[in-house]
Amino acid sequence: MTAPEDTDLQCLGVCKNFGSVKAVQDVSLEIASGSFFSILGPSGCGKTTLMRMIAGFEEPSAGDIRIKGRSVLNVPPNRRNVKMVFQHLALFPMMNVFENIAYGLRCQGLDKAEIRRRVHDVLERIALPDVADREIHQLSGGQKQRIAIARCMVLDPDVLLLDEPLGALDLKLREAMKIELKLLQHQFNTTFVYITHDQSEALVMSDNVAVMNNGRFEQVGTPQELYHKPASAFVAGFVGDANRWNGRLEAISGQTATVGTDGGLSVRCSVANGETLRAGSPVELFVRPEFIHLERTAKTGGKDALSGVVDSLLFNGANSRALVRAESSDLIEADITLTGGTDDIKPGERVHLSWAPENALCFPASGPAA
Amino acid sequence: MKHRDARRLSLILLFTPFALWIALLIILPHIGMGVLSLREKVGPRQYEFGFGNYIEFAMEPIYWNTLLRTGWMSLFVTAITLVIGFPIAYYIAKIAGRRSRGALFLLCLVPLWVSDLIRAYGWILLLRETGIISGLLQWAGLASQPVEMLYNDAAVIVGLVYTVMLFMIVPLTSTLDGMDDAMIEAGYNLGGSRLTVLRRIIIPYAMPGIVSGCIIVFMLTAGSYLTPILLGGKNSSWFTETIYDQFITRYNWESGAAFGFLLLAFTSIVVWLGLRLSGQSLATTMARD
Repeated sequence: MTAPEDTDLQCLGVCKNFGSVKAVQDVSLEIASGSFFSILGPSGCGKTTLMRMIAGFEEPSAGDIRIKGRSVLNVPPNRRNVKMVFQHLALFPMMNVFENIAYGLRCQGLDKAEIRRRVHDVLERIALPDVADREIHQLSGGQKQRIAIARCMVLDPDVLLLDEPLGALDLKLREAMKIELKLLQHQFNTTFVYITHDQSEALVMSDNVAVMNNGRFEQVGTPQELYHKPASAFVAGFVGDANRWNGRLEAISGQTATVGTDGGLSVRCSVANGETLRAGSPVELFVRPEFIHLERTAKTGGKDALSGVVDSLLFNGANSRALVRAESSDLIEADITLTGGTDDIKPGERVHLSWAPENALCFPASGPAA
Repeated sequence: MKHRDARRLSLILLFTPFALWIALLIILPHIGMGVLSLREKVGPRQYEFGFGNYIEFAMEPIYWNTLLRTGWMSLFVTAITLVIGFPIAYYIAKIAGRRSRGALFLLCLVPLWVSDLIRAYGWILLLRETGIISGLLQWAGLASQPVEMLYNDAAVIVGLVYTVMLFMIVPLTSTLDGMDDAMIEAGYNLGGSRLTVLRRIIIPYAMPGIVSGCIIVFMLTAGSYLTPILLGGKNSSWFTETIYDQFITRYNWESGAAFGFLLLAFTSIVVWLGLRLSGQSLATTMARD
């Protein structure tokens, strides 16, 4: 455990029950100062409840929450130095931009000149120096976003919580705001805790990501770790795209195993770290589309290979995919490059698919996962 | 072409009842009353155009004192209704669960199912000398003889507040209902105390509802007749009573019409002042998105 001054936020065995529903179960986390931490999970996994507990709107049923090393369990929300950007931003429509940002400073009882100076200072930092006198409804979506962040950052919080603030934006703006948020976080050098169900937001922006499911943390790690070394079947399926097959373990030696899928494929794969599997046990197998090589002619060299017919092409620029129907009738997604030339793969063509066994991961079957 | 005609016809048909209602029952009688109020009686069945009826009002302190008293009492009733109604509306809109909300709203509506008259008699049953409260006080030993609680200003105010409460709660509830809970939470999150959140966020947000509720309540109170008469008795000095006297007792329609217009002008000015002071416009209070 690191020294308290290096961690802005600690959760120790936090639980929250609503009646008989266990919304959050035994969650522990520790976030280093100045880092960007994301909590990623499907809707209803308890991530918003966890955030509301950190902000003080809910009392944990068990466990402790510490900010800068001090327990905040008995501190009301308005006395915690944790600020929150709400899902729909919750800017105050009856105040203009200046008043919105000045609200928190007024609550602290600062004098007028100081408030004016700090509001203009923060507007400068979010690169919107001229909007102080505008009304909220006159701002664009991206500007509102930045004002909502400025309204919190002007108070110098220990931790800034963001509850899916990009959800309401259109795609182009969302992509731009992802980069912007990351830059703002660098600039303010404050700990950001970001809640999202969108795995690309979490992967792009975060230093560390916690994947949450059914009220528990499945895995905490850097985006690369989550993507390449998922700790559970849920993480493998939820983070990034993957072909997923159910099957049975046929043979195992060390970290390498052979799996027979329900569709009739026989695939060599590696067993995820720390998992103990016995032959015959049900497993789930994950192969990411970008690790699957698609070729017209078979050339196997230590790789698994199978052949199939291209069912259809999903064109999406650099992220184009081919759907290949294997002889076993499984549908497999593979990344391909479509240049628009005559050499491109076309539907109906017979192709060979291959991948390295270390890129196919198998986990004990967890039942129906999201 | 045909299609457009049909559309126009349906628009006219939909609009007609409203237009008829406004024209026949509001505009026409008011023009009639306006003309009536500008007639001076110079002899039996002889009339002249003039402002005599209005001058008569200005010359007689008892008339404009009654009007001012009605105005002050109505403002007082409006203020009390707001102070009592706001927490109720806040509870219904923000604290009560989805299911109990409907039931609570219905509870507020129940008094409307009973006529004004019956409700006023309800208060009389409670407050009169031989009434329930007086009896209870004597039984408890707090009073040695029957207590008369009717026929004073307090009884009038209590009765009026009770009658108009619903018209305050409904607009307040609907405005507060439209307020995102996150806005209140953001108020706390940014460091506001309960008082700050109420003063800087909830009340400014609810302002259109507050103003529209106050306008309705003030107009209803200033124009009410039954409750002040029944609960206030002979000396309630409500302006509507004066108007009634002119029309019915003294059979002086000209002066009654003038008084009616004076009441309308007076309440309109008060509402206009209220809108100016609260920084709202009639459009924002009545037609909210």
